Amino acid sequence: MSHAQRQPAVAAVDWRKDFPILNQSVNGQPLVYLDSAASAQQPASVIDAVARYQREDHANVHRGVHTLSHRATDAYEGARDKIREFINAANRSEIVLTSGTTESINLVAQSFCRPRIASGDKILITHLEHHANIVPWQLVCEQTGAELVVAPIDDHGQLELETLRSMMTKDVFLLAVGHVSNALGTVNPVKDIIAHAKQCGIPVLVDGAQGVPHMPVDVQDLDCDFYAFSGHKMFGPTGTGVLYGRETLLDSMPPYQGGGDMILEVSFESTIYNELPYKFEAGTPNISGVVGLGAAIDYLQSVGMQRIAAYEADLHQYMLLKLGQVDDIHLIGTAVNKASVQSFLLGDIHSHDLGTILDHQGVAIRTGHHCAMPVMTRFGISGTARASLAFYNNTDDVDRLVAALEKARQVFK
Amino acid sequence: MNVHAAVTDDVLDLYRELILDHARSPRHFGRLANATHKARGINPLCGDKICVYLCIDDNARIEAISFDGSGCAISVASASLLTDAIIGLSADRAETIFSAVTERLTDGGKGQPGNIDVELDRPLEKIRALDGVREFPSRVKCATLAWHALRSALRQDAQPATTE
Ligand SMILES: Cc1ncc(COP(=O)(O)O)c(C=O)c1O
Repeated sequence: MSHAQRQPAVAAVDWRKDFPILNQSVNGQPLVYLDSAASAQQPASVIDAVARYQREDHANVHRGVHTLSHRATDAYEGARDKIREFINAANRSEIVLTSGTTESINLVAQSFCRPRIASGDKILITHLEHHANIVPWQLVCEQTGAELVVAPIDDHGQLELETLRSMMTKDVFLLAVGHVSNALGTVNPVKDIIAHAKQCGIPVLVDGAQGVPHMPVDVQDLDCDFYAFSGHKMFGPTGTGVLYGRETLLDSMPPYQGGGDMILEVSFESTIYNELPYKFEAGTPNISGVVGLGAAIDYLQSVGMQRIAAYEADLHQYMLLKLGQVDDIHLIGTAVNKASVQSFLLGDIHSHDLGTILDHQGVAIRTGHHCAMPVMTRFGISGTARASLAFYNNTDDVDRLVAALEKARQVFK
Repeated sequence: MNVHAAVTDDVLDLYRELILDHARSPRHFGRLANATHKARGINPLCGDKICVYLCIDDNARIEAISFDGSGCAISVASASLLTDAIIGLSADRAETIFSAVTERLTDGGKGQPGNIDVELDRPLEKIRALDGVREFPSRVKCATLAWHALRSALRQDAQPATTE
């Protein structure tokens, strides 16, 4: 094997050692974790921050005069500030903390769209979307008589941009588009798409669940109206998420859920809602999770998102090279602009069988439809095997994947 | 040689010859035009879909059986083995075999293999080829999917069967 093939241009710092879970054997083999797009692993600093919070600082937030409540509130609100800075939002009031991307998108569907969309209006999405960026819009369409329209993709899994632009008509109330496809890894040119939507007067929600873990994100530069993402895909705890919303829009929207924390004053006659972002944060939040999300951001900042993007781009190239050498492999999702996610089929082996055989060699991949059934339908398949890389993966992981695929071919020969 | 790339015996046991053969050339595959009973089985986790068709005569005997749908090697092979095992039996006997097989493949079966082996008498012994899944908890549902569809068909359930 040539030197050029083995060595990515960006040297791998041993980030892996920061992730305790990776240091274990699965089915008698050292674990190779290639499923970060489903859920990323957490560095020790995140695990420790959550534990330390639970041991030392926990109390409810925004409610008590006592010391622990202050500490908990500071930790929670401190994380909000880190999130604001991380995505360069103008104001901390634009950072709504949710349970994940799914809740963030449902919030926009129910609080932004439902009250003002009219029967005959359209919600525009794309064929690449995750179910979380399809079903909430279907629900609001059912509730209001609006219509869901879907922009097509080509055989590489790229948006057909001309068609997408031509679909941005006057009756489109909102465009909801993924930043990066979880099933295929396609990186959409969201900045250009948003610029065009703006010209057409269409607000844009970006599903950033797979964008934030792989590249620097600047919501002001993107000029999006909403940006939704999940903590657990960016090396933080599950059950945490963010909705960035432009302040003027959030301000004009009714609350999503009612309860404690989202009010200023309650009587049985009327209730005055709290200010942003608390208006959208009813009930006791996932405090420790959000503390962990803050720690994840600290960790990512210390590594550097640019560096992560560059390292992953090299590793992805290496993976493409190696996968390309496997007989009978069929890559699904061959966009020019990709994150380090690759879907594939191997001969006529069903992806679940492949997943089992790989797991028994310690290699964890995702199999099936990846919560993106329409993408699968577009390619006339029921599912794929998917390897998704994070910056804690390296060329050895890719080599192990390829060796495991060769074994799978032998089992099914 | 890559020392990490050994496939364990468990995997080879799961994908033994008979399973791969039935997965690649499923028996009784297709729709049964004159089906008196049919039911779908859906595994919501992975999207596998199997539909079982039965033709049950006046004496409650399963005179014809078929299946169609799509799924992994385990679910297709299991459905195929099912059709071979069930054809010609009485509906009652098919129910009994459903219980025997599902118990055998899930944890319950491990405790009392003696009992269950009585049900899997000689004509049914090929079903034992599915035993490999007992080492793969995440795949047991693939192996039982068609069996749940069979039971739904026998009982004429309106809802598709799921393995949940
Ligand atoms: C592109 C995309 N959108 C939305 C989601 C939903 O995220 P969550 O389940 O964290 O709410 C995911 C997660 O799989 C995703 O990959």
